Amino acid sequence: MMNNLAQSEVFSLTLVIGTYLASLALYRKTRISLLHPLITSILVIIVVLKTMNIEYESFQKGSHLIHFLLGPSVVALGYVLYEQIQYLKGNVISILTSVFVGAIVGIVSVIVIGKLMGADAALVATLEPKSVTTPIAMGIAEKSGGIPSLTAVIVVAVGIFGSIVGPFVMKVLGIESRIAKGLALGASSHGVGTSVAIQIGAVEGALSGLAIGLMGIMTAILVPVISFIISLF
Amino acid sequence: MLIEAFYILFFYFTGEFISYFIDGFIPGSVIGMVLLFLALAFKAVKPNKVKRLSTLLTENMGLFFLPAGVGLMNSLGIISKYWVVIVTASVVSTILVIASVALIQQKLGKEADK
Repeated sequence: MMNNLAQSEVFSLTLVIGTYLASLALYRKTRISLLHPLITSILVIIVVLKTMNIEYESFQKGSHLIHFLLGPSVVALGYVLYEQIQYLKGNVISILTSVFVGAIVGIVSVIVIGKLMGADAALVATLEPKSVTTPIAMGIAEKSGGIPSLTAVIVVAVGIFGSIVGPFVMKVLGIESRIAKGLALGASSHGVGTSVAIQIGAVEGALSGLAIGLMGIMTAILVPVISFIISLF
Repeated sequence: MLIEAFYILFFYFTGEFISYFIDGFIPGSVIGMVLLFLALAFKAVKPNKVKRLSTLLTENMGLFFLPAGVGLMNSLGIISKYWVVIVTASVVSTILVIASVALIQQKLGKEADK
């Protein structure tokens, strides 16, 4: 009976939302970036599941409703983007160029570091889409011979890391443009970066949402192209 | 709210539908985002038809990553084996991406509000 209850949807949903709210409250109170609500929530939920001997698979089934909302929330970014439409004028070419270069830098740097450190092809393919939003990243990893479930975890971790160091890196580089801040957060840290960018401001949030889509599309196209170019040498 | 949910789901489904025919090359949610943006920009859909739900969804995006993030508990084996490469590549590459995108946009772009 207890077992059925622990594997039920109502248990998973209550656990996820409750933990998230508590982590968010803790983060807002302390403002310590290492206490990012995603880090605390993930750790707390893993500890709870391990203590109660619940398998990830049964938790995954129970929390599927929340996972599903990732898709609609990406679609909803279309509205956030529309609200900031005036910022796109005069910036279309610069936005496309910066995200395009960012996508190439992201893929090539992973390949170079991977090769230097002796990673096999599957691990490199797993890492290549690390800056891209989960649903796109898993698709890219699958197509290029990586491990999609590991990609999903790395993507979330990279998102948390990027959204913590992003503001710091940009401060050091003297970035003041709100469009640049939003784009960089979205391009490097997808939805996690966007959730931080929205807190900084509406322009940052919207451009960050745009960058998620652009980075996803460009990385999907560039991964096979770059591996083809490398295979020529 | 129900009408808003229908609009969001409709664009999501249309995105998935197109994605199916291009072999999942671009995920349906991203196509849906572009379609919703275009529909709003070309005034096919009124902004107040999706405003409240869109705000609610995007403000709570962090929550929606949790189920996938907890998947970490199943990858601990492979991560502990390759963690040095994974961490180095992710950290260095992420900082490079942030720097290149932010610098290029700041150099080439125009800021409307300054």
